Amino acid sequence: MSTPPSSSLLTVLDLVPFGQTGGESRYFALRISRPDWENWRPGQFVMLRPLSFGLEMPWARPFGICHMTTRHMICFFQVVGRGTRRMAELKAGDKIRVWGPLGNGFAVEPETPTLLLAGGMGIVPFVGYVARHPNPWNVSMLFGHRDPLSCYPVDSINEHVTLDTLQETVPGDLDNFIYTLQERIREYAEQKGLVLACGPLPFLKTVRSLALQYGARTQLSLENRMACGVGACLGCVTRTTKEWPVSEKREGLVQVCNHGPVFWAEQIEL
Amino acid sequence: MNSSMDLSVVLAGPHHTLRLKNPVMTASGTFGYGAEFAPYGDLTQLGGIVVKGLSLQPREGNPCPRIAETTGGMLNAVGLQNDGVETFCKRKLPHLPWRELPVVANLYATSPEEFGDLAARLDEEEGIAALEVNVSCPNVKEGGILFGQDPDLAAAVTRAVRDKAPRKPVIVKLSPNVTDITRMAKAVEAAGADMISCINTLSGMAVDVATRRPRLANVIGGLSGPAIKPVALRCVWQTARAVSIPVIGIGGIVSAEDVLEFILVGAHAVQIGTGNFLSPDCAFSIVSELPAACARLGVSSLEELRGSLRLKD
Repeated sequence: MSTPPSSSLLTVLDLVPFGQTGGESRYFALRISRPDWENWRPGQFVMLRPLSFGLEMPWARPFGICHMTTRHMICFFQVVGRGTRRMAELKAGDKIRVWGPLGNGFAVEPETPTLLLAGGMGIVPFVGYVARHPNPWNVSMLFGHRDPLSCYPVDSINEHVTLDTLQETVPGDLDNFIYTLQERIREYAEQKGLVLACGPLPFLKTVRSLALQYGARTQLSLENRMACGVGACLGCVTRTTKEWPVSEKREGLVQVCNHGPVFWAEQIEL
Repeated sequence: MNSSMDLSVVLAGPHHTLRLKNPVMTASGTFGYGAEFAPYGDLTQLGGIVVKGLSLQPREGNPCPRIAETTGGMLNAVGLQNDGVETFCKRKLPHLPWRELPVVANLYATSPEEFGDLAARLDEEEGIAALEVNVSCPNVKEGGILFGQDPDLAAAVTRAVRDKAPRKPVIVKLSPNVTDITRMAKAVEAAGADMISCINTLSGMAVDVATRRPRLANVIGGLSGPAIKPVALRCVWQTARAVSIPVIGIGGIVSAEDVLEFILVGAHAVQIGTGNFLSPDCAFSIVSELPAACARLGVSSLEELRGSLRLKD
């Protein structure tokens, strides 16, 4: 059923800056040649390691798969550290070591009203999700962000589903966003819908507590520091609750990379 | 080219011998229980697999963040998180291709007695080819590095494992965090070790200036990766000259050329650790590139090369 991961050396096709406003862009869509996987699921990720990292930066970096076509794969990233700074210098023709598809991916329930909640870069895996959902009219999205909308791949979401956006520019905006989250989660809980969330940790904590409060079926996509992406280094562990399906791992530690990155809200602590 | 070259190595200890089809093993803690890397290569092509460190009881390890990338390497303070020896023997070992390649268990405990109990349990397992005794983990509060820095304690641990696991080759993994590694090497050799592996990680730390926080929750962790290769080579060189038992070199190996460096300074075999994170097929690629790397040097066996470092013109 699920495609086994593989490792390959792929070629950069192009690197497109997003939201450029005169200054240096911090947001990029990276298009690379398509890996030879048969299939993938939205919410899965890849480990990317440009050859230009040399021996100076030994780790690959995990990135959610933004989208894939028959010809290429797109990853979307924000420059946050030395790895992504180096990646912002990638050019067409450069080589990248890529392994994946990794992790489990989001639930897809075609007949269930589905609410996507994205915070900032958390929008990335939903690009592929809405493009591949069989009944996009059952899907809607709420997107909270700090930088201008042009920094994010929103157009590819808009094509498929209803998108509400809220930009946080002054402190009061956050309260407004949380209030909106609360209303939407309550609404989806009442109609027995599915809620999927991806974004920074404080955002996921808020979504999780609201989901548990209203009893909304909710999945959270976590991100974490990873060295291997395959379950070996034990760097990315997160704590489970007593709801975890495997008894010996209840209230224990599981790797985000190969037990997630998508988890049911009630099965993990945050 | 030369893919038919015989790369097999025999690690002959005083009590037991470990035979590998090639010198490339994977290091404990970097290769999970093997299965994690099965999609990226044929496990049975490797010289051997050393599985994640095992303790008698399950251990949770240290809080996160427990890993950090540094220039040319990485720090880890995972703290030996593992499900315990019973779970390993029942759930993990049966899935490893132990009939096709040596699977080495890595042992961690907090006293010689506990090391002995753990060794006795693993001695029963047909699927375990050898025991690697971790007297050198820098990331746990109790035991660990203490054993690795005191020759008498390291000898006591070695003896306990040797006595309780009479059927298995005993490898003792040494720490570089000592003034003189040869004192440790001689002590464990005298206590009955069949072979020595070195080095474990170098104790280190990293700081995030913006937040003024250490990059690891444990503050201090173990440095591994290409950055430590010169230290590892020096330790293997010194150790191989100080003892007569085989030495397995570990530290920053990411290529076939790196393997040959370790063989030249006297190693019988090597382990790939952090290299597995650069690319999940790192160890497999090294195995396939090794014959050509030997051919470039004009040697037809590793035996020819071992310890043949030229010191004079």
